[in-house]
Amino acid sequence: MKIIKYEEIVKHVSKMCQEANFDLGQDVVNAFQSALKKEKSETGKDILEQLIANADIATSERVPMCQDTGVSVFIIELGQDCHITDGKLYDAINEGVKKGYEEGYLRHSIVDHPITREKSKGYNTPSIIHVELVEGDELVIHMSAKGGGSENMSTLKMLKPSDGVEGVKNFILDTVRVAGPNACPPLVVGVGVGGNFERSAYLAKKSLFRPIGHRNERTEISELEMELMEKINQLGIGPQGMGGSTTALDVKIEIEPCHIAALPVAVNLNCHASRHKEIRL
Amino acid sequence: MAAIQLSCPISDEEIKTLKAGDRVLLSGTIYTARDVAHKRMSEALQNGEKLPVQIAGQIIYYVGPTPAKPGQVIGSAGPTTSGRMDKYTPALLELGLKGMIGKGYRSEEVVESIKKNKAVYFGAIGGSGALIARTIKSSEVIAYEDLGPEAIYKLEVKEFPAVVIIDSEGNDWYEIGKQQYQS
Repeated sequence: MKIIKYEEIVKHVSKMCQEANFDLGQDVVNAFQSALKKEKSETGKDILEQLIANADIATSERVPMCQDTGVSVFIIELGQDCHITDGKLYDAINEGVKKGYEEGYLRHSIVDHPITREKSKGYNTPSIIHVELVEGDELVIHMSAKGGGSENMSTLKMLKPSDGVEGVKNFILDTVRVAGPNACPPLVVGVGVGGNFERSAYLAKKSLFRPIGHRNERTEISELEMELMEKINQLGIGPQGMGGSTTALDVKIEIEPCHIAALPVAVNLNCHASRHKEIRL
Repeated sequence: MAAIQLSCPISDEEIKTLKAGDRVLLSGTIYTARDVAHKRMSEALQNGEKLPVQIAGQIIYYVGPTPAKPGQVIGSAGPTTSGRMDKYTPALLELGLKGMIGKGYRSEEVVESIKKNKAVYFGAIGGSGALIARTIKSSEVIAYEDLGPEAIYKLEVKEFPAVVIIDSEGNDWYEIGKQQYQS
């Protein structure tokens, strides 16, 4: 059995929150660069160039690439032979977020009460934490700084099985079309199909943790990802919705078994600042 | 096409020459305000009180920056989604607000009010907060200080990059731009 101390988790989470906001992943930067070669719109090219320059400034000056430093979303793979001492896992994550955001001059963007809008007292906490119990003795922490603009344009619908794959495709395309400039394209489009109401949303979120360019292992799903990518880039929305051929940098789809009467589909949009970090303890 | 240099506040004559899709570089004075500041201004107007800022002729930037690091003028400061301010915007345009900087769609009411009052809506690049911060040369809190990053600030900017999204005739670049690249 492996033993991991509370303080160790706090330290790593704090660091990854800052790195997620300062250092855009190489997968995203590469996607900007390859989009720049293909983009047809002059304004679109100009925007992509500014986004590349912005990422450089953020890394070199250790400042957040975007003022919306997001809600910290975690997917934790907890090995069943891993034991955490000196405190609770959830508390360690939240303490790490608070420390990382406060010390890194990141924005506190959480309200405690969704109706009264009373601001949370814990700096940018509580976080959203999903824990998956897995084999082994490792603790793997996947972190995302998820922006509000793209989250606000995300959707979920319980389709009928008879709507079939065409229904799924149309729902995804409609979501991107309606989101337009609001979700800060070029987007990473995360899709969850199947499971049930809440699982489809979770799968859509989880798919966004896959690096850009990594396809689903199932051939038919990987083909659907590529087909949708092409169709989304024909919508004309372009970088920042100002017209162009780069509307999505990638499309990610995850599926799960579901009820005979159901076809849940969730579409979780991510802005171009697709900020994900991972650590294995 | 090269970007158009504009000094802020922008004159009425210059606003009329701007067309949807024009790339611009803004220099001069602009004011920040987002959700809560808009709500308070709206409440002040309903109560017949004066606004804490002379809004006539000015430009509002929808932004809630990150805290400034020691030595920085401002933290990262990209645009937030403008649609959340739509409810409060026509009343401000009626008072003479001439420009807004943000990102995303505006409501029909806002577009109509932009046309009626000969104003302009600029789109800045969402998610380029580090780059935009470099164009902000000074920042001074003017009102609602208790709101922290959501207070109203007066900013001096130099060559702040933006695109005309809705011009004074109501042309919408999000629609026009999209149609050009649909296939």
